[in-house]
Amino acid sequence: MAILVDTDTRILVQGITGDFGSRHAKASLDYGTQLVAGVTPGKGGQFFEHNGHKVPIFDTVAEAAAETGATVSAIFVPPPFAADAILECVDAKLALAVAITEGIPVNDMIRVKSAMCHSKTRLIGPNCPGVVTPGRGDKSQGGCRIGIAPGYIHRRGNVGVVSRSGTLTYEAVWQLTTRGYGQSTCVGIGGDPVNGTNHTDVLQMFNDDPETEAIIMIGEIGGSAEVDAARWAAENCKKPIAAFIAGATAPAGRRMGHAGAIVGGAEDTAEAKKRILRECGIAVADSPADMAAALLERMGK
Amino acid sequence: MNIHEYQAKELFEKFGVATPAGKVAATAEEAGAAAREIGGTGLVVKAQVHAGGRGKGTFKNGFKGGVHVINTAEEAQEIAGKMLGQTLVTHQTGPEGKLVSKVLIAKSVDIVKELYFAILFDRSKSTHSIIASTEGGMNIEEVAEKTPEKITKVPVHPTMGLQPYQCRKIASALGLKGPLINQAVKLFTALWNLYSKSDCSLVEVNPLAVTTDGQVVALDAKFNFDDNALYRQKEVTAMRDTSEEDPREVAASEFGLNYIGLDGNIACLVNGAGLAMATMDIIKLHGGEPANFLDVGGGATKDQVASAFKIILGDPNVKGILVNIFGGIMDCNVIAQGIIAAVNEVGLTLPLVVRLEGNNVEAGKATLAGSDLAILSADGLTDAAQKIVAAVANVA
Repeated sequence: MAILVDTDTRILVQGITGDFGSRHAKASLDYGTQLVAGVTPGKGGQFFEHNGHKVPIFDTVAEAAAETGATVSAIFVPPPFAADAILECVDAKLALAVAITEGIPVNDMIRVKSAMCHSKTRLIGPNCPGVVTPGRGDKSQGGCRIGIAPGYIHRRGNVGVVSRSGTLTYEAVWQLTTRGYGQSTCVGIGGDPVNGTNHTDVLQMFNDDPETEAIIMIGEIGGSAEVDAARWAAENCKKPIAAFIAGATAPAGRRMGHAGAIVGGAEDTAEAKKRILRECGIAVADSPADMAAALLERMGK
Repeated sequence: MNIHEYQAKELFEKFGVATPAGKVAATAEEAGAAAREIGGTGLVVKAQVHAGGRGKGTFKNGFKGGVHVINTAEEAQEIAGKMLGQTLVTHQTGPEGKLVSKVLIAKSVDIVKELYFAILFDRSKSTHSIIASTEGGMNIEEVAEKTPEKITKVPVHPTMGLQPYQCRKIASALGLKGPLINQAVKLFTALWNLYSKSDCSLVEVNPLAVTTDGQVVALDAKFNFDDNALYRQKEVTAMRDTSEEDPREVAASEFGLNYIGLDGNIACLVNGAGLAMATMDIIKLHGGEPANFLDVGGGATKDQVASAFKIILGDPNVKGILVNIFGGIMDCNVIAQGIIAAVNEVGLTLPLVVRLEGNNVEAGKATLAGSDLAILSADGLTDAAQKIVAAVANVA
């Protein structure tokens, strides 16, 4: 099964004709993802062509969804227009909007999150690498790749990965794949302080997913999302979990790249988070090189 | 991004937040003229730097105090003359101090009661919150810890904004009575308008003062702004004073690099913020001290790497460099060629360890090994950290 998306999920790309969006739309098509539509206002009726694929472009998300059956959007539009792009997905009643865009003002996200209450649409991100459910082909070909992650590092399997960081997710995935362990789904929830889906949401989904047997959770300094998830898991999740928290050496009060990665209080330091995660029964790797190793040890492999 | 006290006052005046009259001056003569214009006695001259503890600070020329009460324009001119162009050292500036290039001349007020009022982004609630306290002029973290009952916290509605009834509730919690209540409501509302329209992430008024003549005024304020929103805040962006910032960080931002200087001697250059933090952590884990956080973003092109090397080398503490790139989409061989070109361009002589992973990694490693440069290629994160820590230990 996997979570959020499976290999037959039909996706559209908002901002498909932009530099960033088109590059990653091509990579998704090459990976074998069911990328069925693009949206660029004013370019409706044109086609996005790549390696024999001919993807129709629409002016609106609603048209794209109605014409192609797409249920998920990958959002690549620039920050000033990203909040509007997310709300357009809500209006079109998509199941999932994955906002890759980095640099959306926090006030925009506060309003969007409030407006999305009780909507049918789940938001992943923003400022995230996206979602990958690996395929079963060579180098995980045929999977559903939404966003910017390299597809070939994956392998279909039974470990769920959830993370606030892009390249750190790739590290964890690569560590698993090179040890022969595949992934059910890898979810980048993003590095911003206001996001659509948090660690707890994803742990719940992994817990309910029969294909997922174990979980790697990657977090950072700042906020309480990892701690909240760990407390939830201690009560509700029997699957083995390993974690890494980045930022043990980060100075307090400085924004470490991600808008959300900033130590504000005593509880959101890496040390505090690691201590609480361990108390909740999670295997915490002190080194980013040991994320998969910590999980495999916890699984008794 | 931070701003100066005089700039905060300008924002207060623009949005109608009650605050004592004040003027900024860049020369002693201007300071005298400003004092004359404000008029009366009981004025303060305040050195404008981004650090706290100014009143107890000392100038490097021996002059004591970055905040002085004066009574005449002549005094204002004299005091300003002793501050301007001088370096003020406070407990927050570090021993190098901060150059004072502007002073604020402001009307001082007689205070009956000091209160605390802040608006800040509250990530736990995905909205902004008001924090208010009867204990003004104090360290609010200490108040929250020792006497939490003296703190009032009110979340602002994400789309409706701060409502008048919420302002009245806060005024009441602060013990304000009679006409002071409506004055406070007006001030809080104006402050909220300023906060939300300027895309702030923090406005901390400490103290918010009740004066002997029955006014509620904002005396001093600390501002932070949402960096992601600066593109639509031209007026705020113009207030940026790069002389107050780490020059390495200013240079990095010009190249579109995300750099934060630290105290160690092992520089790192990484793609991705999470991996960059994790790279700092693994250096420390293996006994080294990171000199910086540096995220070159997704690409890691030759030009970016060369700019990053130049910024790293601007830090005299750096004794070695660790490059950690997860190639993902990009070809590791292209990245390796970029690193070699960048090393040649900047004439790098310090120990350099490169850890590449991802697409076409074997070719990338072969390229690094085949160059006649002294680049140490690493197998994996742990090996990379161990190699650079050992190399720097040898140099030192």
